Amino acid sequence: MESWANVIMKKAFKHGSQNTIDQLKTIGRELSMGTQGNWLSSKEYLDLVKAIGEAKSKAEEESIVMAEIEHLKKRIMEPDVPRKKMKEYIIRLVYVEMLGHDASFGYIYAVKMTHDDNLLCKRSGYLATTLFLNEDHDLIILIVNTIQKDLKSDNYLVVCAALTAVCKLINEETIPAVLPQVVDLLGHPKEQVRKKAVMALHRFQQRSPSSMSHLLTKFRQILCDKDPSVMSAALCALFDLVSADVKGFKNLTASFVSILKQVAEHRLPRAYDYHRTPAPFIQIKLLKILALLGAGDKHASENMYSVLMDVIKRNEPGKGDPGSNITNAILYECICTITAIMANSKLLGLAAEITSRFLKSDSHNYKYMGIDALGRVIEINPDFAEEHQLSVIDCLEDQDDTLKRKTLDLLYKMTKSSNVEVIVDRMISYMRTLSDAHNKTEIATRIIELTERFAPSNQWFIQTMNQVFELAGDLVPVKVAHDLMRLLSKGAGEDDEEADSLLRSSAVESYLQLLAEPKLPSILLQVACWVLGEYGTVDGTHSADDIIGKLCDVAEAHPGDNVVKGYAITAITKICAFEIGAGREVELIPECRSFVDDLLASHSTDLQQRAYELQVFFGLGADLVRKVLPVNGSGEEIEFDRELPFLQEFVDSALANGARPYLDENERLGVDSGMSSFVSSSRSHHEPSHGLRFEAYETPTAAIPSGSAAAPSSLLPDFEESVTELTRSVRNQTDSSQVDLLGPEVARLRLDGVQRKWGRTSGSSQPSLAPTPASEQQRRDSGVSEGASSNKESSPAELWDGDGAEPRHEIYSSSFEGKKVEREIPAEKQRLAASLFGGSSVQKGSSGGVKGGVKASKAAGNVRPGEKGVPPRPAAGSGKKKNWSAAEPKQASSSLMDLVDMSGDDSLPVHDAKASYDPFKELEGLLGVPSTAASSTSVGLGKSTMDFMSLYDSAPVVSQSASSLAGDSDVLSLSHRRSGGMDGANGVEGGLIDLNILPSLSPLAGLGELAQSSSSLSPSTGVSDKKGPSRQHSLQKDAASRQVGVTPTGANPALFQDLFG
Amino acid sequence: MIHFVLLISRQGKVRLTKWYSPYTQKERTKVIRELSGMILSRGPKLCNFLEWRGLKVVYKRYASLYFCMCVDADDNELETLEIIHHFVEILDRYFGNVCELDLIFNFHKAYYILDEVLIAGELQETSKKSVARVIAAQDTLIEHAKEQSNSLSNIIAQATK
Repeated sequence: MESWANVIMKKAFKHGSQNTIDQLKTIGRELSMGTQGNWLSSKEYLDLVKAIGEAKSKAEEESIVMAEIEHLKKRIMEPDVPRKKMKEYIIRLVYVEMLGHDASFGYIYAVKMTHDDNLLCKRSGYLATTLFLNEDHDLIILIVNTIQKDLKSDNYLVVCAALTAVCKLINEETIPAVLPQVVDLLGHPKEQVRKKAVMALHRFQQRSPSSMSHLLTKFRQILCDKDPSVMSAALCALFDLVSADVKGFKNLTASFVSILKQVAEHRLPRAYDYHRTPAPFIQIKLLKILALLGAGDKHASENMYSVLMDVIKRNEPGKGDPGSNITNAILYECICTITAIMANSKLLGLAAEITSRFLKSDSHNYKYMGIDALGRVIEINPDFAEEHQLSVIDCLEDQDDTLKRKTLDLLYKMTKSSNVEVIVDRMISYMRTLSDAHNKTEIATRIIELTERFAPSNQWFIQTMNQVFELAGDLVPVKVAHDLMRLLSKGAGEDDEEADSLLRSSAVESYLQLLAEPKLPSILLQVACWVLGEYGTVDGTHSADDIIGKLCDVAEAHPGDNVVKGYAITAITKICAFEIGAGREVELIPECRSFVDDLLASHSTDLQQRAYELQVFFGLGADLVRKVLPVNGSGEEIEFDRELPFLQEFVDSALANGARPYLDENERLGVDSGMSSFVSSSRSHHEPSHGLRFEAYETPTAAIPSGSAAAPSSLLPDFEESVTELTRSVRNQTDSSQVDLLGPEVARLRLDGVQRKWGRTSGSSQPSLAPTPASEQQRRDSGVSEGASSNKESSPAELWDGDGAEPRHEIYSSSFEGKKVEREIPAEKQRLAASLFGGSSVQKGSSGGVKGGVKASKAAGNVRPGEKGVPPRPAAGSGKKKNWSAAEPKQASSSLMDLVDMSGDDSLPVHDAKASYDPFKELEGLLGVPSTAASSTSVGLGKSTMDFMSLYDSAPVVSQSASSLAGDSDVLSLSHRRSGGMDGANGVEGGLIDLNILPSLSPLAGLGELAQSSSSLSPSTGVSDKKGPSRQHSLQKDAASRQVGVTPTGANPALFQDLFG
Repeated sequence: MIHFVLLISRQGKVRLTKWYSPYTQKERTKVIRELSGMILSRGPKLCNFLEWRGLKVVYKRYASLYFCMCVDADDNELETLEIIHHFVEILDRYFGNVCELDLIFNFHKAYYILDEVLIAGELQETSKKSVARVIAAQDTLIEHAKEQSNSLSNIIAQATK
């Protein structure tokens, strides 16, 4: 009856007319009634399938399925569902899930069903679970026990079902639970079981090779199994094993060769034939393994020659016969093997023959395989390609997209400097036809690679790159853009200035043309802006106003793209600087004026900073500007010395004064081990010795002692964690004055925020951070406390806002008193932190500071040569100064460290604010800032950004160093202020020198050096690396609260509100 | 290895899916939508391969059904085509002149057969006979087991009356 119904149903479906559908419905009903014993023929199920089949639209289908889900949900949860019913529900769940809907509510019932004793139910349960669950699903754990039991079953079908489930469901954690039983099953009398056990072991091997290492010999033994299917299962596993460790399996070469020989000679049972070809799937597997074993091994390869010949001969069709798919599959595999091993010329000749046959075939499938094979053959014999030029061109122009792409792959392999132009041209025109991002990215990467490797001329290179940028837009890695800029700035490599400048002018021309087009991708605009900024006015054909006008247009046309805006404003800055440097008067055109005004009030601190920097330039003299932004400065190499030799004398004098020598990170950690527990548990023990410092940082109103008592571990959990490294190092060296210097700063900085956040108790952690008292320190501390208590909040604004430069200058040049000095330092730090953490109002303050700093140093240079170094940032002079200088290396490193830590976070708030940004670009933007802001750093701009981006390729270390870069760049902008303080002794050039050196600490360094420097310079960075996000998170919080607390009087309260309100 | 097997009707309806690599439900839906769009729109004379996200999809059309398998980029496409054909032949032998309808109403059986042909993304059995034997054994045993359980439950039911 069933079969009869089936026939009619089939007919009905084939004809599909309304009539037959109706007929079908009745039959379906009858069917379900008639064969109630058949568990799937329930009426409901048939109705469901039919309803879905008849659904006219996707939406209708959706609604049917949704109704079914609701129905199932209700029914399946009823108590006491009969087993048979349950089984049906589960199968229906599978159906629903197959249609792409979520049936997770029923997973547990499927799992439950595997526990059933009835084989029928069990199998349905296993089927459903393997279809529902991925190996990392939580429910897996519930099924392991059942699987264990079933693997021991004496019914081989139960064992098979369990093994099938094992292959899909057992994950790394549960492997040990079933492994011994699966291994036992290798000796099972039924070959189906043995075969599945081998496959299960293979799966385990893939999941967790370590747990399988003791079983490697097992696989070899299985190879000798008398059943071919078990042997072939072992081949799967062996293929993986051999590709992981070729050497260990060399001794099996002969066995594989002889197996292949026997298979090819038709020694296996007829049942394994496939279309009269003897066990082709086994042959192919063996060929794959042989390819691995023979690669680069003359001896092993020689052993394979005869069998390969034999296999080819047996499968090669007669003349004019295309051969069957399966024989061609074997032949193709032979080509792969021949080209992989060290083949002799005869085999290569055969491979070439087969390849040409494929290429000449009419079937697209064979053409495809032929192109692939050709790619393999020409790797050994490049001349072979010429014979097939025409076929290849045909394939290239074929309408079949897959074939076209494959051919481009081949061309990619064939590219030489002689044909690169054609091939890249082809690729670009292919890229025009693409729409999906994945393929576009892939082909863009290839074009870029080829262009970089084989470009016949720089001109061509630039044009090609522009095309790639235009087509692939933001899919192109930023690094490529930076490489392009680097190429432009460095020129051809020879010292042919004229050619370089020609190249640049042509680049300027081409970008000016490009900019006329609407809708350019951001990355292309960035490059264009950079080129125009750098070289737009160099050759004199375009006036500064023209270029600036263009740049303003670009920025205006992309109001949402802050990165482009950043590039544009920087380019404008450069052009203005060149003009000023050349002694010309610069009057910004009105639209530029308004653009700059916009940016001055921008929400992006980066843009704001850039805009302020532009303004600074207008106040500077031509000489200075020339030094700050020399024309064509981006191509120059900047040397740097990470040893910081210029600080040596500070170090020496500090040591002479009794400072403790610097310990590197490892040593300190060694000393510190066990410190963390100490930190959390026994903080109070140390408080007495730190009492002084504690007082120093407390605001007058704070209740000092009470806080200290409460201090301990309960306080600020996340803060504590985040600062652990710092506090540790600081505390550990409480008697060392250098560290003290650093200590209070760091500690106070951080605790400041915390204090705001957590109330008075936070003060208690200060004492622990405070160093041992020393008269100097006392003085300083009191100064600090003063600053902290009364000036802390207002000092940044007061000191740095407007043109506070002059007064400040006087203050600091006339008096080097530690008090003030000390007061200033924390303020500085606070500001630094604040600017790093990115409130825009804060940023304003800091850029104001930059301005002031520049002015100050300029004034110093011009007016009072004797005192020039005297700085906005005042540590120079006095005994304090000694301390400072002594601390210099540490100071530098620690401030860097500090910066690095924070800047790591720094990028975060920024991103939060504008999530759409590419963090890399953002960082890059940060890098760009100092270059325009500060003196000759700009020389490094092009290079540093490039290097920076090249750093960016992936490794976590790198990203760390990248963030350190960002940090350093902020050091740069701050260094104006700090420079004098750090080395007033350096004289007129103090600021400049300092700037030169500080940046050299990082952005200019290459990748490796950066990575190193970030770790070597900043001991805690390494530690913080490990700490990861939690640390950042807490710092972020800390910073946010600190900002709120510290700089309420920021220049622009409205912005402030925007950010925090 | 084979990452997944899809059976899609000419109208883009899913008839069977089997995933050997982990994909979330969301990814699965996306993959199916993407691939069915790509495959169904390809002309009959074009090659049966698609390069897709660094993998290869080999498909073949049988009547109104597209059989697709997604394999690694370095796998042998022609072999994969034959694996598909191997599977189809076994289905054909089991159902006797298989058609889409068989797979619609007996998709669970198609799954059982697929489980005997492929396991963990590898071809496990290249002998049609042996697959047929196992499936038959399962079917008869299931029938057997069913009767047994029926009679058992009958006995119990009677006993408890």
